[in-house]
Amino acid sequence: MLDNLSVNQRAAILSVAMLIGGLLIWEASIPAQKLATELTEYERLMGLGQERAGVPPPSAVLEKAWEQLSNPFYDAGPNDKGIGIQIGYSIYRVLTGYFLAAIVAIPLGFLIGMSQVAYKAFNPFIQVLRPISPLAWMPLALFIIQDSEASAIFVIFICSIWPMLINTAFGVAGVRADWVNVARTHELGSFKTAMTVILPAAAPTIITGMRISIGIAWLVIVAAEMLVGGTGIGYYVWNEWNNLDLTSVIFSILMIGVVGMLLDAAFGVLQRAVAYAE
Amino acid sequence: MSKPFLSIERLTQQFSDGSGGTLTVFENASFGIEKGEFVCILGHSGCGKSTIMNILAGLAEPTSGVVKMDGKEVSGPSLDRGVVFQNYSLLPWLSALKNVTFGVKARYPNWSKDKVEAHAREFLAKVGLEGDVIHRKPSQLSGGMRQRVSIARAFANQPKLLLLDEPFGALDALTRGTIQDELLKVWGETEQTVFMITHDIDESILLADRILLMTNGPLARVAESVEITLPRPRTRTEIVEHPNYYAIRNHLVQFLGKRSKELAGQKMDAEDLRPETVRIDVAGESDASKDSSPALRAVNH
Repeated sequence: MLDNLSVNQRAAILSVAMLIGGLLIWEASIPAQKLATELTEYERLMGLGQERAGVPPPSAVLEKAWEQLSNPFYDAGPNDKGIGIQIGYSIYRVLTGYFLAAIVAIPLGFLIGMSQVAYKAFNPFIQVLRPISPLAWMPLALFIIQDSEASAIFVIFICSIWPMLINTAFGVAGVRADWVNVARTHELGSFKTAMTVILPAAAPTIITGMRISIGIAWLVIVAAEMLVGGTGIGYYVWNEWNNLDLTSVIFSILMIGVVGMLLDAAFGVLQRAVAYAE
Repeated sequence: MSKPFLSIERLTQQFSDGSGGTLTVFENASFGIEKGEFVCILGHSGCGKSTIMNILAGLAEPTSGVVKMDGKEVSGPSLDRGVVFQNYSLLPWLSALKNVTFGVKARYPNWSKDKVEAHAREFLAKVGLEGDVIHRKPSQLSGGMRQRVSIARAFANQPKLLLLDEPFGALDALTRGTIQDELLKVWGETEQTVFMITHDIDESILLADRILLMTNGPLARVAESVEITLPRPRTRTEIVEHPNYYAIRNHLVQFLGKRSKELAGQKMDAEDLRPETVRIDVAGESDASKDSSPALRAVNH
């Protein structure tokens, strides 16, 4: 019967089977807690009747998800905001830092890619700055900027700039000389050449860099928000950990994954739009 | 002697040979091209044909010497000199039509969008590209079609001089034949001045008014200028019947096979910089008319 199905259909069936299987194993592996009435007197005296914190079963997580997602934007004070608001803050920070980085990285990458001198001059700085964990900048950012919100954005800026910079430079430097010659024999000026020949030629590489950057930015924002606190999905995870609400922790972990996937998918669409075959 | 339309004077190109010395690819290359003429240049690899082409296109600078077009010295690339590159050089993210309009827009920035497109379509049609094909990207076209688009782009710009750098080098023999015919047809309709690099003797005889022969490099030079005394319009099946055809062909084969080597490296007499004109006319027909018009272009209309 399976033979009649397409590869996609078979993969979908397998995915669903793995999901259900995984959830069942998870559910089954959570030890049931005895009701206080079932305990012996000794056990009750030893405090075993109190509810122990345990990893919640998937059914509890689903229940939580339903509850949170049915009212994602409620705001009941600084420590009790809906998941939608928290994710909204995180996305706002990621996008702000990310677009500031793009504004710097793409023109600079163009310059570096067009000029061998610039490439060699910038390269040592890039090589040293690139491997620095973005969170290592946090104390310095907090001290200089004196604002936790802006510091979080700065951390996103600094972590998303490198892949975009390097990929733009690489893409621009790799534009085939023939295409540049086509622009030259058509008497196009530098700006026109950059916009009509080099940019479309390098676009797939540039978008790949942007896609890598948005992935890294989303990874980093969670950690950054755990440090700066206040709002955001990273803060939410840490706050729920402090509340020992593991159901919420697991739910927010899943949400981080879903949002990250959506961000990546958006760039996937963009990547296909600018792709060309030689 | 009046200056020809395009005049290449004492062109010399040297490169550093990597160990402190210089390598002279060609020296004192001088020749002229008349308006409306179709000139092919033949020579072995390494004689600097492509370098001459790049200098004419303005993409490279000669070590010394000048190129003059219409009496003015040429420097840098210009829309007056269109180029068809060997590897098509189409922009792969643009459709065939957009590749042509890309050139037309650069050439005629004041034209309306519709006019640009109509002009581009006209020239694509001249090389046999019509209908849905023109909306395809280069990657969806065969090599022959890509080169057609490239030729259409160059002709659509109506440059004063059209440079073809081994345009059919990457094509199979049958496709090459078809596109040669199309090139002849478009050229006949436009009265374009063409300078073309090729490796193919038969191709150059079919297409050219005149063939420049280069000796082997290093120290290559343009040794001979062979007039192709075959009447136009030409078709590949008819020209082989012409008595001049094999005489010319033999001369070219002999030159490339033997004399290009013998002449290699010989310094040219300073006074005699122009290539020696060779005129082979076994049939001896219409001598008088040729003297009055040096170019052998047959005007179809």
